[in-house]
Amino acid sequence: MNKPLSLPDANGLFGSFGGRFVAETLMPLILELQDEYATAKNDPEFQRQLAYFQGDYVGRPSPLYFAERLSEHFGGASIYLKREELNHTGAHKINNCIGQVLLAKQMGKKRIIAETGAGMHGVATATVAARFGLPCVIYMGATDIERQQPNVFRMKLLGAEVIPVTSGTGTLKDAMNEALRDWVTNVDDTFYIIGTVAGPHPYPAMVRDFQAVIGHETRAQMSEKQGRLPDSLVACIGGGSNAMGLFHPFLNDADVKMIGVEAGGKGVNSGLHAASLNGGTPGVLHGNRTYLLQNEDGQIIDAHSISAGLDYPGIGPEHAWLHEQGRVEYVSATDDEALEAFQICCRQEGIIPALETAHALAEVAKRAPTLPCEHLMVVNLSGRGDKDMMSVAHHLGDKFGVKNV
Amino acid sequence: MSAIQENDMTNTSRLEHCFTALKQQNRPALVSYLTAGDPDAKTSRRLLHELPEAGVDIIELGMPFSDPMADGPAIQKAALRALENGQTQAKTLEMVRQFREQNSTTPIVLMGYYNPIYCYGVERFLTDAAKAGVDGLIVVDLPPEHDEELCQPAAQHGIDFIRLATPTTDAKRLPKVLANASGFIYYVSVAGVTGGSAPTPERLENAVNQLREHTPLPIAVGFGIRTAEQAATIGRFSDAVVVGSALVDCIEHASSGDDAVTRVHGLVKELAESVRGCRY
Repeated sequence: MNKPLSLPDANGLFGSFGGRFVAETLMPLILELQDEYATAKNDPEFQRQLAYFQGDYVGRPSPLYFAERLSEHFGGASIYLKREELNHTGAHKINNCIGQVLLAKQMGKKRIIAETGAGMHGVATATVAARFGLPCVIYMGATDIERQQPNVFRMKLLGAEVIPVTSGTGTLKDAMNEALRDWVTNVDDTFYIIGTVAGPHPYPAMVRDFQAVIGHETRAQMSEKQGRLPDSLVACIGGGSNAMGLFHPFLNDADVKMIGVEAGGKGVNSGLHAASLNGGTPGVLHGNRTYLLQNEDGQIIDAHSISAGLDYPGIGPEHAWLHEQGRVEYVSATDDEALEAFQICCRQEGIIPALETAHALAEVAKRAPTLPCEHLMVVNLSGRGDKDMMSVAHHLGDKFGVKNV
Repeated sequence: MSAIQENDMTNTSRLEHCFTALKQQNRPALVSYLTAGDPDAKTSRRLLHELPEAGVDIIELGMPFSDPMADGPAIQKAALRALENGQTQAKTLEMVRQFREQNSTTPIVLMGYYNPIYCYGVERFLTDAAKAGVDGLIVVDLPPEHDEELCQPAAQHGIDFIRLATPTTDAKRLPKVLANASGFIYYVSVAGVTGGSAPTPERLENAVNQLREHTPLPIAVGFGIRTAEQAATIGRFSDAVVVGSALVDCIEHASSGDDAVTRVHGLVKELAESVRGCRY
């Protein structure tokens, strides 16, 4: 068996997943990117710059916070929150964007493009593009633009052009198609900052590496606090970058259990969900082979989730591999379970989590009560919920006497 | 298919036959692209069956996919129209089989994305495609790095795997792109998606001539060719001219199935006339 930490192989494969399923026009660029990234990875100057921006610009390290009230509330495991929502721009997304924009500068690219679902990756990309003085175009599904207005405004304030995508069904997958079309048309001067651990090689490995700072810090912080490694790690999964960032540095620690939480929407059996591993089959989309939501004829089916950031019909290929290996347990949480956990976190800890993150908290609500207090559970608090006020008000507004936010 | 034809096929493919014959006539092939099942199964079948008579030499038939990321708006919409009207991989292969009952000479190349083939099952797909009378495959998202997925198995079924070369394919990479290529080479005239801006003929001619130094295979040029004039210009130095989005647009603008057939075949006739006279 392959050692988890040595993957992907030279062809970008995690077992049979991953790869480089892209048009020939993009291949030379993708191979160049692979070389540039391999060089940067071992270049002390690149690593020094990355560390500098992660520290003074992003605000790392993010705290590992003992959620005392939440732990008491569930009456079981000791729950720690990895506070990625305290990063600049309010989510883990910027960890990756800083890395990629440094690479774009090094490669002499003059223009940045990205896709976004909930808008957090779009905001993080617009932010680094502004910081490095590069023009930036963000593709966002027209449906998502409707439900994430505050983030659209943030991107525009940061100087990005936000292009509504109406093709297909106007969600994250269509935004990614449109970004790929832009890239293939402007291949000479454009750098595509993919926001998750998916896409053609080297993106899944590169994004993972940039996000792995989450897991490396967690290791050190837990060792300092408790003198040992955590017993379990929990994270939500759309494409899977926050989960991979937390999990990856622990993959070889057999005693550390890992749980990825997919968006169960109205329920995995309802057909209205975004749980690619729990309700999908292997296929090829957006440059990689992975689990996809699709019909038997290989046509991609729309994902459904209350959270726009998880609303993607695929998942990073490394997750697909870890799923088949049984190294990580993949479960799902429904819209309703996420909304419930969202409110508990607000009330018990004074932290408003992103709706994406609330899916991880929903799994904590199921699991923590069954465990002893010696069990150290780390939850990736991947983003803050300010962007979700309108969605939440739509679902819970009546309860609080709020009609519109 | 009769025994004689079958025997014939094992020695020389329809694509080889076609290019050899056209070379003798000193003209390029006219290659048309339509999406299978667009706008609906019945109209699509009529469009397909009458293409050779209207002047098409090689038929590219698109296998619709929900997420065609190398295609511009025209072909994206065509795929959605076809899928909304119930087109499937099995129906596309059945269209080819029915076409072959009446026409055993015009080559048919299926074009699309890997996922619908992967989900159908590669071996099953190749078996059914060969049986239906498919001559070649163009699969946009399978670069030579993934030849073991479909390109090599296709060869074992006697189906050509037509490779795309693009403006970004440099001299260093070209041998890899050409290594397992067969049928013809499809030169993508501009970096971009289908239906985009037109290429400049001078740059194109240089690119085609450079390609010729590396391969004996015929070279087709496509992406951005919409008019009879463009087809004639490019047909002077290429072995085939591919027109897709302009034909698909005819379907989008048609008021009925009959109107779609009239419009598509009208444009095909103009293009056919133009490529027939372009080297004189």
